[in-house]
Amino acid sequence: MRQDRRAFLTQGSRLALLGGMIATGFLNIGRALAADWNSAAFTAKNMADAMAKSGYAGAAHSNDILLKVPDIAENGAVVPVEVTSHIPGTTSIAIFSQDNPNPLVAEFQFLPGAMPFVSTRIKMAKTSQVQVAVKAGGKVYINAKSVKVTAGGCGG
Amino acid sequence: MSLSRREFLQMLAAASAAGFALDSRSALSAAEDNQFYQIPAFGNVSLLHITDTHAQLMPVWFREPSINIGVGGSFNQPPHLTGEYLLRHFGIPAHSRDAYALTCLDFNQAARVYGKVGGFAHLATLIKQLRASRPGSLLLDGGDTWQGSATTLWTQGQDMVDACKLLGVDIMTAHWEFTLGADRVQSLVNNELKGHIEFLAQNVVTNDFGDPVFKPYSLRDINGVKVAIIGQAFPYTPIANPSHFIPDWTFGIQEDHLQTMVDEVRGKGAQVVVLLSHNGMDTDLKLASRVHGMDAILGGHTHDGVPSPTIVKNSGGQTLVTNAGSNGKFVGVLDFDVRNGKIQDYRYKLVPVFANLLKPDAEMAQLIDKSRAPYLDKLQEKLALTEDTLFRRGNFNGSFDQVILDALMASKDAEIGFSPGFRWGTTLLPGEHITMEHLMDQTAITYPATTVNMMTGAQIKGIMEDVCDNLFNPDPYRQQGGDMVRVGGLEYSCTPNASMGNRISNMRLHGKPIDASKKYKVAGWAPMSASAQGEPIWDVVAGWLRDQKTIRNVKPLTPSLIGVEGNHGIVSCAK
Repeated sequence: MRQDRRAFLTQGSRLALLGGMIATGFLNIGRALAADWNSAAFTAKNMADAMAKSGYAGAAHSNDILLKVPDIAENGAVVPVEVTSHIPGTTSIAIFSQDNPNPLVAEFQFLPGAMPFVSTRIKMAKTSQVQVAVKAGGKVYINAKSVKVTAGGCGG
Repeated sequence: MSLSRREFLQMLAAASAAGFALDSRSALSAAEDNQFYQIPAFGNVSLLHITDTHAQLMPVWFREPSINIGVGGSFNQPPHLTGEYLLRHFGIPAHSRDAYALTCLDFNQAARVYGKVGGFAHLATLIKQLRASRPGSLLLDGGDTWQGSATTLWTQGQDMVDACKLLGVDIMTAHWEFTLGADRVQSLVNNELKGHIEFLAQNVVTNDFGDPVFKPYSLRDINGVKVAIIGQAFPYTPIANPSHFIPDWTFGIQEDHLQTMVDEVRGKGAQVVVLLSHNGMDTDLKLASRVHGMDAILGGHTHDGVPSPTIVKNSGGQTLVTNAGSNGKFVGVLDFDVRNGKIQDYRYKLVPVFANLLKPDAEMAQLIDKSRAPYLDKLQEKLALTEDTLFRRGNFNGSFDQVILDALMASKDAEIGFSPGFRWGTTLLPGEHITMEHLMDQTAITYPATTVNMMTGAQIKGIMEDVCDNLFNPDPYRQQGGDMVRVGGLEYSCTPNASMGNRISNMRLHGKPIDASKKYKVAGWAPMSASAQGEPIWDVVAGWLRDQKTIRNVKPLTPSLIGVEGNHGIVSCAK
């Protein structure tokens, strides 16, 4: 009954995901639920500002951040993004959509032992770079891939 | 086309008077014509490949493009060669049958000499002949089969499913098929195709859990050799066509998954691995450089008739990449000699289907007649007479596109018209009647609504830049394989090698520059939104054609091209 599975997932996904993370001890409950929402970083209006306010300024390029995004988005409102960090001691992963009105889309924090892997969907205003930054061992790293967002039509 | 010898000679005289220097030996020699389809068998594993037939059951005229510009790594490489550049690259004699099939050179004259191409009854005869000398061969269909004609639209693909089953197609993948809607596709695949045709797509999964929707590959035994065929549907179906037809599925190139599939079939002992692809040739060339372990990619989508494979070197050795044209015009024949567990050698031939060299297969002809019978009156309605050649294919407006745009703008009282840059759509010769069937060959889609919108100059430029990038982005993975949106009323310049957002310039309406903030009335068709309403494009154009009665002096509006000096994808073909 795929229909039921889908309905269940749509309604329950956020809660289920959060519950799972808490249960396995991977999510720092205090930090995730506390009111220290980094408002300055998430409301920054350009890439440099967003990176500075979230503590990723001066990140060095790293191919050890694996980034899976579509070349052309099927729907700019839900672009699938999958990130794996192979950098030892990764404590956080931040996703930026460079040309969004507010470039910082999400930040994920990891306790020691947690696998630094994130799969999510982001909204993109237009064709731009998806930048993914990582904090590890007190240093910051970044990798990027461009995603095309098109009005479509006219194919083949 | 059946001609008496007398008519044929008259035609030749007319052709040579028009400056068409025929190779009289090959044109006139019946003996050579008889040998045209003597294609020696080779090796022990044969794959026959058709693609993008666009539901053309009957023989057609099909003029190849004069403009097919390659940018970036594709510059002056196949498939971005047209006219004499293509002939020279592949060593094909001018004015030959092959030259007529592969280029637009001297099209009208050559058409009258060599006749129509394709047609499933003729194709059936050729396939039977090829299979007789190639026991165990597979017939692969690259998709865009259940769309492109009136009858397949009106029967929701049924006439083509019936024809393909009779033709003996073993395996298919898809693109336009999906515009029939997910339910119809599933129903045909799970019922009608069952036990006859395997429908493969390694790159279509569900939106929610990423579950595969179709079988990714098929393992076959051909004369004791294990052969794997992997299916690759058009990766950008939900972008290039309305996604509401397939709301629960996601596509994409899925390179990693493809590599996994190749490794899996190799692990299961496949000695020959072939991708049946609807990516388009540029995308296939890039894919072949990045995924290893495929012996060949038999490709379609971009409708390129490419006489020999491009050989792409990769970490696993090499991959042959082909593209087999459109509209039933060609059959690709790939023969492998496989011994001691590996491929020793191969032969490839792109075989044109000439209707007047092949006796129609009686059983197929009967099936086609039966499929068409209920619709014949409607199909054969004469809408107008054309004094010009009417065609579509090419990077910019073809003459039939111009007719559609003229009709659309006149009927909707719009200053500007947009018509999609589809690559399908057959050709008419001067002096022919434009029938309803011809019009449907250009317009038969499941989202035919016409639209009228007020758009600012900036919005109009935005749309044109967007489509232009889908055509000329230097990265093939960011192209969609369609041609440039056909534009009516508006003159412009295009710089294919510029970056996204900077290719369109000098936009002018009646000689006056377009104002970025001013609103213009724009008519179009084929909307992406499920809620769009409007008279179907074929009714709009049919009404206009009936009023016109005769079509003449059609001037396809093509942009001034900037920075394309030395591009061998541009030739001029006389009208």
